[in-house]
Amino acid sequence: MTDQLETAQHPEKLQRVVIEPLTRVEGHGKVTLLLDDANHIKQARLHIVEFRGFEKFVQGRPYWELPVLVQRLCGICPVSHHLVAAKATDMLVGATQLTPAAEKIRRLMHYGQTLQSHALHFFYLCSPDLLFGFDDEVRHRNIVGVIEDHPEIAKQGVLLRKYGQEVIRVTAGKRVHGTGAIPGGVNKSISREEREYLRKDIDQVIAWSQAAVELIKQIFSEQFDYHMAFATIDSNMMSMIRSDGAFDIYHGGLRAKDPNGQTIFDHVDHNAYEQYLREGVKSWSYMKFPFIQSLGSEDGWYRVGPLARVNNCDFFTTPLAEQERKAFRDVGQGRPVQASLAYHWARLIELLYCAEAIKELLFDDDLLSDDLLVKGDMQARGIGVLEAPRGTLFHHYEIDADGLVEKANLIVSTTNNNQAMNESIRQVANHYLDGKQLTEPLLNQIEVAIRAYDPCLSCATHALGKMPLEVQLLDSEGVLVDRLQKRADGAIGTPADHENSG
Amino acid sequence: MTDESRTKPILVFAYGNPSRGDDALGPAMYELIEQQQQKAGLFADVALLTDFQLQIEHATDLQQRQQVIFIDASLTASPPYEFHPVLPEQDLSYTTHAMSPGAVLYVYQQINRQPPPPAYMLSIRGYAFRLGEPISRRARSHLQTAFEFLMRGQVLNLAEPADTWP
Repeated sequence: MTDQLETAQHPEKLQRVVIEPLTRVEGHGKVTLLLDDANHIKQARLHIVEFRGFEKFVQGRPYWELPVLVQRLCGICPVSHHLVAAKATDMLVGATQLTPAAEKIRRLMHYGQTLQSHALHFFYLCSPDLLFGFDDEVRHRNIVGVIEDHPEIAKQGVLLRKYGQEVIRVTAGKRVHGTGAIPGGVNKSISREEREYLRKDIDQVIAWSQAAVELIKQIFSEQFDYHMAFATIDSNMMSMIRSDGAFDIYHGGLRAKDPNGQTIFDHVDHNAYEQYLREGVKSWSYMKFPFIQSLGSEDGWYRVGPLARVNNCDFFTTPLAEQERKAFRDVGQGRPVQASLAYHWARLIELLYCAEAIKELLFDDDLLSDDLLVKGDMQARGIGVLEAPRGTLFHHYEIDADGLVEKANLIVSTTNNNQAMNESIRQVANHYLDGKQLTEPLLNQIEVAIRAYDPCLSCATHALGKMPLEVQLLDSEGVLVDRLQKRADGAIGTPADHENSG
Repeated sequence: MTDESRTKPILVFAYGNPSRGDDALGPAMYELIEQQQQKAGLFADVALLTDFQLQIEHATDLQQRQQVIFIDASLTASPPYEFHPVLPEQDLSYTTHAMSPGAVLYVYQQINRQPPPPAYMLSIRGYAFRLGEPISRRARSHLQTAFEFLMRGQVLNLAEPADTWP
């Protein structure tokens, strides 16, 4: 049990260790650990910058700007925000059912976005840990090391991401800041020329995606027990689901299951999300902690994202992904797979699904249709939901008579996973760090657990400067006792050591 | 499919978040150059790209280029701007998904097993990067000065050898 590690009984008597900033996650977060004199972990917490500023950012803006405006929230998944805002504004303009062309073009865009995001996450951010080991030399444990030691794997990762971005460019008009989705539909169809361009490489993309799934299965099998145990927690899981139970990341009802796979709720209309989900607060965090209302805050927290989606769905509609889902399901031996590192495995099954689904759409002539837009009676409230690469994403807007945004509520994937990430780092702290002298490889294990969720803490700016990883030891009065820095070259030492070594 | 921008010899990659104050300097420069292309017919050899930040796949955008200019806001550049060559280097920073221009060149070199095209960095001094804020007055002035530097023609004109640039 790791529950007791959320809050120590006598924090004033403990040393404090801060891991800040977290590496290879998007945006800025930090982990604080409280240790006693024998290095026993007494408290572990993940802190993430809150997103409420974004909600204020859109207030007072006209509703039709939202799909374009919200793309600027995040440099990592702008298309997810673009599409979910478009879905919310569909409701505002009374578009209850899009044309087949509009929905399929949006789906194509979404699959391209998910493909490129998953490729980035696995190949760039996580494959160094998984291929080289969590305790590999830090100078080598990065994407450059992968390029040098496994050039073909790295190249496939780069080109998979590139292909996903080309799908976005074709469907959204631009690779970034696209305007494809608009309230009630989309503003352009796909030309035959564009379709041929994307068809040309799709079989190769599917083959590379299959190879990626084989790679993660091989990595898991080499240290199966370890990978199944690392950062593993029992949790509820929530995701969107199609009306027949099929995997669907663009539209559907909400499904939640408990750690044993029993249904908590199913096919819930997303418009009623506030009746099923609550957002809790904790005094030590600016970020909220969502939970399933019927279970309460203690037991109702849940996980979202690839692990939840692959566990929750009844089947995939594409043959290769469905074959891989069955193999994945068998690992759980009748229960949902709860291993946090299985997020990577599930993510790559989704990568394969997206590649297959893109191919299906590229042979659907609805993409060429010019019937792109519907409108109905204006509404004051619009709620959109989407399965973004990292998990369920809600946008909720209310507008006034002039069409200006009065209220906005965003529940982003990373917020949904807030409690789960905290639980995972406590499991790691308890099992792998407790009682040991802290080193960079040990602290990296905390970050490996967080990275499994692919959290996006993005502020989408890179101009804040590069900061080294810093670990501070503070006494009970908060006075700095000792300090370690991980420099950009991976060296660990005191600031004085670094100064002397140049 | 024809994508004319892929065949142009000079790539200008201006990056940043247009909704974060002075971080918008890169995208703003993109728009200024694009306007000159569309209205005045200038910079015909220049392909323009923008993004929030540099990423590993941007190495593929460097292929078949004779020259690359990265443009970004900077908190540390001497005002109004700095302009200097960029060489391939391993990126061992830990704080973000984003890569440095040197790291993108390094990835290009490792993937293609050949040196990247000559590359330069135009860093425009910025001051404030809050969400929803416009570009600050001082940074906008620097943007204009940097744009005039580009308009003088040397940097975005292959006929002018680099060693003659100011």
